[in-house]
Amino acid sequence: MFDTTLTLNDLAFLAQGAAMTLAVTAVSVAAGTVLGILFGVIRVQIGPYWSAPLTFALDVFRSVPLLIQLVLGNAFQSIAKLGWGPFATSCVVLSLYTAAFCAEIVRGGISSVPVTTRRAARSLGMTWWQDMRHIVAPLATRVSLPSWIGLTLGVMKDSALVLWLGLIELLRASQVLVTRLQEPLFILLICGAIYFILSFPIARLGGYLEKRWSPND
Amino acid sequence: MIEIENVRKSFGPLEVLKGIDLTVEKGEVVTIIGGSGSGKSTLLTCINGLEPIDSGRIVIDGTDVHAKGTDLNRLRRKVGIVFQQWNAFPHLTVLENVMLAPRKVLGLTKDKAEQIAVKQLTHVGLGEKLKVYPARMSGGQQQRMAIARALAMSPEYMLFDEVTSALDPMLVGEVLDTLKMLAEEGMTMICVTHEMAFARDVSDRVAFFHQGVMAEIGAPDQIFGAPQHAETQKFLASVR
Repeated sequence: MFDTTLTLNDLAFLAQGAAMTLAVTAVSVAAGTVLGILFGVIRVQIGPYWSAPLTFALDVFRSVPLLIQLVLGNAFQSIAKLGWGPFATSCVVLSLYTAAFCAEIVRGGISSVPVTTRRAARSLGMTWWQDMRHIVAPLATRVSLPSWIGLTLGVMKDSALVLWLGLIELLRASQVLVTRLQEPLFILLICGAIYFILSFPIARLGGYLEKRWSPND
Repeated sequence: MIEIENVRKSFGPLEVLKGIDLTVEKGEVVTIIGGSGSGKSTLLTCINGLEPIDSGRIVIDGTDVHAKGTDLNRLRRKVGIVFQQWNAFPHLTVLENVMLAPRKVLGLTKDKAEQIAVKQLTHVGLGEKLKVYPARMSGGQQQRMAIARALAMSPEYMLFDEVTSALDPMLVGEVLDTLKMLAEEGMTMICVTHEMAFARDVSDRVAFFHQGVMAEIGAPDQIFGAPQHAETQKFLASVR
């Protein structure tokens, strides 16, 4: 009834692709989050007027389709003779793309902390940094976490576009197998299942943290 | 001693403090009464350096609060302020709320900070609530926690900004009792309040603010018994 020519080697090939997807996602989300926090804090701190150039740059990264950013980023690194490989180029572009969205999430999180709560912290003699570290960061994280989890899952799926730079990640690996074996539905089903397996723990982690924090609120 | 000299403060075109002069001696309890928008709360935030002033001077123990180079974070260690909204840190337990500033600002060890926090929380009647999160407490309890949090820094001066205004009438008494206790212990306090009985019972002096001006100041008997200023008379007649 059900017959396939998919071999264990093919599955290992898919697993390698999945590992590449994970690597690109992990690097991009880590770097993008750090940059996003930095940009988000700067935007809140210096106000809309002075942060206008930064806001504009972030809007560009949020508005232009990722595929175009990847192609332009690759062309730029080639013209500038930076010598980056497909992995580095993909990570840099995806990091900036992630940072642009993360900055908004961080800005929203910081803005959600009541001014009066921050004022109470400062009235106790806390410095700006102590206020940010001990009051704003924990409260803003709770508000931002669901959006950040959504962003991370989105970046993991968007990372499939790096196949255009020649990286063999999960979707590209699936395409190779589909071309060779001519079993598109079965292979894409496996590919989708692997994406789900990669995403599910992240989604659950978010749910777990929200649940853990909620009794205090 | 807190010396306030000809302090002016505006928010945009609205001048909320129009040349306030006031001196508060160590150990003195001064209450400020007056209608909404008379500048009472603004004065407290200016004393603590949370709001800049436009002109004049506020000097605390010889330190000009608004002078360039004044270390406001250091100054705030000795001038505690409690607000109308208690502003609990919701992610921390009651004990952690009170321990945070002594640990991070004063640099005390965890044990020492905990010892101080437990002492202050017990002092305000919250010794049984140490591990509770603020959201699980009543407004009155949270306000007392805010008082304990400020007291844990061992301030020399305490500013109270309408600390009972946001409370259910049933809970006002417990907070006022805490303030009375502090006054009896000799804490220097400036209290902005709408609780006239409290102002009469606890204060050494009562100041009446009207439209950004300190219209009248004097002993409670004088202000409540024989107010001189027409606006004071009008205000007291309206709240009685």
